Amino acid sequence: MTVAADLGKSLDTGKRRWRRVWESVSVIFRSRVAVVGLSIVIFWVLVAIFAPVLAPHSPFAQDSAAINKPPSPTHPLGTDHLGRDILSRLIYGSRTILLLAPISVLCSVALGTLLGLIGGYYGGLVDEVVMRILDAIMAFPTILLYLIIISAIGPSAFNVVLAITFVGAPGIARLVRSLTLDIRVRDFVAAAKLRGDSDWRIMFVEILPNARGPLIIDAMLRVGYAIFAIGTLGFLGLGLPPPTPDWGGMINEARKYIWTNPLGVLWPAIAISSLVVGLNLFADGLREETTRYQ
Amino acid sequence: MQQARSAPILKVQDLAIAYETRKGDITAVRNVSFEIRRGETLGIVGESGCGKSTVAFGIVNFLGRNGRITGGRILFQGQDLVGRSEEELRRLRGDRIAMVYQDPMQALNPSLRIGEQLSEVLVVHRGMKRKEAEERCMQMLQRVYMPDPASVMRRYPHQLSGGQQQRVVIAMALLNDPALLIMDEPTTALDVTVEAAVLDLVEELQKDFDTAIMYISHNLGVIARVSDTVGVMYAGELVERAPVVDVFLRPHHPYTQGLMRCVPRLGMDKASSYLYPIKGRVPPPDHLPPGCVFEPRCPYARPACCETRPELRQVADGHWARCLFAEEVAQSVWAPSDEVPARLPAIHAAAADDKPLLVVRDARTYYEVPSRQLMGRKQLVKAVDGVSVEVRRGQTLGIVGESGCGKTTLVKTIVGMEKPTGGEFEFMGVDIAVPVSKRSLEVIRNLQMVFQNPDSTLNPSFSVGQQIAWPLRRFRKVPHNQVRGEVIRLLEMMKLGERYYDRLPRQLSGGEKQRVGIARAIAGLPAMVLCDEPVSALDVSVQAAVLNLLLEIQAELGTTMVFIAHDLSVVRFFCDYIAVMYLGHVVESGPVEAIYAPPYHPYTEALLSAVPFPDPTVEQKSIRLSGSVPSALNPPSGCRFHTRCPRKLGEICERETPPWQDAGNGHRIFCHIPLEELRKVEAVVTVPKKTDN
Repeated sequence: MTVAADLGKSLDTGKRRWRRVWESVSVIFRSRVAVVGLSIVIFWVLVAIFAPVLAPHSPFAQDSAAINKPPSPTHPLGTDHLGRDILSRLIYGSRTILLLAPISVLCSVALGTLLGLIGGYYGGLVDEVVMRILDAIMAFPTILLYLIIISAIGPSAFNVVLAITFVGAPGIARLVRSLTLDIRVRDFVAAAKLRGDSDWRIMFVEILPNARGPLIIDAMLRVGYAIFAIGTLGFLGLGLPPPTPDWGGMINEARKYIWTNPLGVLWPAIAISSLVVGLNLFADGLREETTRYQ
Repeated sequence: MQQARSAPILKVQDLAIAYETRKGDITAVRNVSFEIRRGETLGIVGESGCGKSTVAFGIVNFLGRNGRITGGRILFQGQDLVGRSEEELRRLRGDRIAMVYQDPMQALNPSLRIGEQLSEVLVVHRGMKRKEAEERCMQMLQRVYMPDPASVMRRYPHQLSGGQQQRVVIAMALLNDPALLIMDEPTTALDVTVEAAVLDLVEELQKDFDTAIMYISHNLGVIARVSDTVGVMYAGELVERAPVVDVFLRPHHPYTQGLMRCVPRLGMDKASSYLYPIKGRVPPPDHLPPGCVFEPRCPYARPACCETRPELRQVADGHWARCLFAEEVAQSVWAPSDEVPARLPAIHAAAADDKPLLVVRDARTYYEVPSRQLMGRKQLVKAVDGVSVEVRRGQTLGIVGESGCGKTTLVKTIVGMEKPTGGEFEFMGVDIAVPVSKRSLEVIRNLQMVFQNPDSTLNPSFSVGQQIAWPLRRFRKVPHNQVRGEVIRLLEMMKLGERYYDRLPRQLSGGEKQRVGIARAIAGLPAMVLCDEPVSALDVSVQAAVLNLLLEIQAELGTTMVFIAHDLSVVRFFCDYIAVMYLGHVVESGPVEAIYAPPYHPYTEALLSAVPFPDPTVEQKSIRLSGSVPSALNPPSGCRFHTRCPRKLGEICERETPPWQDAGNGHRIFCHIPLEELRKVEAVVTVPKKTDN
């Protein structure tokens, strides 16, 4: 085989690989719901990326002359109790939330997947032990669990991620376990076993890739929940320490002045809910489209 | 009277059915015409995706939301059913058409007792009193030979075996005394022995009730047994229609001929004959060829075939075929194309006196099942209980038996997926009574397996090439830059070619998936491959191709094989030695010719008499086993077969384990009946002398 032909072939397979990726991505555009959701999410991502360009003021700059003011040309969304520009704080707040939420979900997916694979694949006593521990965690109301963890280890960005990871992992582990139970009895897993492949290879190469569809969709929904959780923790004063712009914290601070400046609560609330709704729409649309073709 | 009798119950004319899809309407069935008279059975045969079931659903108007009849007429007792409203249909059709499906559980409500479901039919349709209806149902259950109908009436569907469920469904269908009974693959999910009993029942009921039956099946043997007239469907068209004997002995359409050549005939063996698969595959309904639908796959195709779409025309008395050159096709002597290799090298004789490659002695595999009672003792399922077999290098051992007899468990124990409870397992001189994880890489490489279900044998997330490449790298340490070439070589050996390298499993057909599964199994050049029903999920033409492929591999690489199957004609064609299993025991084993001729073990005899052969002229003894396989939790004492044995001697069979009797040439029978007695039994199957086509 000549080098040129060889190159042509590898180019060809490269092209094919791209086409395959494009095929799976283009699923999104078949569903109107998913497109709407994705647009909202992309909007916030762009806002987060270009925050310094978009924000009219510094998120920390206080203007003692304009405290709890309604919208005006200089402060399009008004100001808060310290005279900070709400729009700028919202814009910078999107950065923290869009960083923390996906990171914490990634961590809980990693932990949950590992536990779910181990429980589902080995079964028996291992499964019992892993699942009973996770059940015990899930028995607590989530908000109570967040409170316990954060109040024990103190509020900080890292600890918020830790708490969400810990609270989210059991649900993901359950999902992955049930998928594993289904996949591990298929013949290709049997073939891997009688090839003498290692358990790790079977779990991560044979089983996990076939669980990715439901897992990705679940993770997408969980990013929404994580945003919620971060907002809640911020509202309870257990989120990021001030003066970091944090949507939940902003609601908490504005809450005291809700009668004089109701918009101070409304703007961050809209921001949180639009992002969560966007993610949910995206995940739902994606789920509908992918299950339709199976 | 004579006039009324011969008027067709069902007359279908130029029926066309289309499904609405995202890509627009797709015509699944077109130009289908046939008629069924009182007391007549029309068998519809064809590969999957040919529109057999669609025709049946069209007749009963169950096409689903996106299906509709786009042309033609369906005359039921003289009344046209097409284009009528639900209400009119109900009035016209009334309860005079009944349908039996493949899966009986779909027809039975799992939460109602059998008695309630059956009598409801009469209470609703006939306005019968409950009491009266129940009595009538009991009679009907008796009529379909249901053992102990009174207790069956009180049971729920899941408490019955598959065969019993199908009997209930048939009884239900017959309660209203239908004029037309449509049966869509009613025995496909059943064991051969149960299937034989259901087929007997169908035949008998048709005589007694004088019902017109439309019987759909992909199994040529079943069709040969039940039908009076046969319709062959291909790609949504009826391509041939004739009395059963004509279709099987004088097929006029090349597709029908092709089907006949795909199935092993009686007396065929791999040393002297070859299966000829039909090339290509069934075209999808939205990409039909412009001319004759079979033209791309037809060995006789001529230029005219690509242009004109042939009509179904009468080629002989009562014999209709949709082929422009039917007369020539029927007479021509078909010669194999060049693609087919000449003769397979005879490797078997040379290797015969070698030391056995695999020796299994007194193998036992038990499963523990938790007790029903709290704190009760665990019970043991003796799935394999004292099996001894040997396989010599380069030969093929066939394992046959009904489902639940332990054949799969035995194979799984040999490959190390189940832990043996006891016995000796020796492979290439190494003890292999250990799970895979404790075996050496060399043993693992040499002992590979091909699975039954094409849809689960491949990992859906990886391309064909990647899946074959892994065992190459693992077992043969093929250098990174040569893996691709080696994979392509394997693919070419599987007759798949390089373009399959990047395909994902979902882009492959069932037969192609199975070939990739085989390629993956032989990638490490194993000494032995265990095949667990590798072709039973495939259509006949694909089945032939896969069997040929396995034979070629065996000839080329000298691979030893263990072949599990329930189809006795395939086993006969494919194997050198056969072990017949019943409830965890081997009851008879020996060279293939010895198994198919007397002396038989009574169980083998019954199995052979149950197999439907694709030849309506074959004469077969009718031996039917009563009941189903007993539970392996509590197997019968003495000879395990005594509860169902038609030749049971008496108490000795219940008390004592039978002896192994040696009938010479390695043929052994596990039975109390003296060999001389068994030798006197006449052959189960006799083929009448005839000239071959």
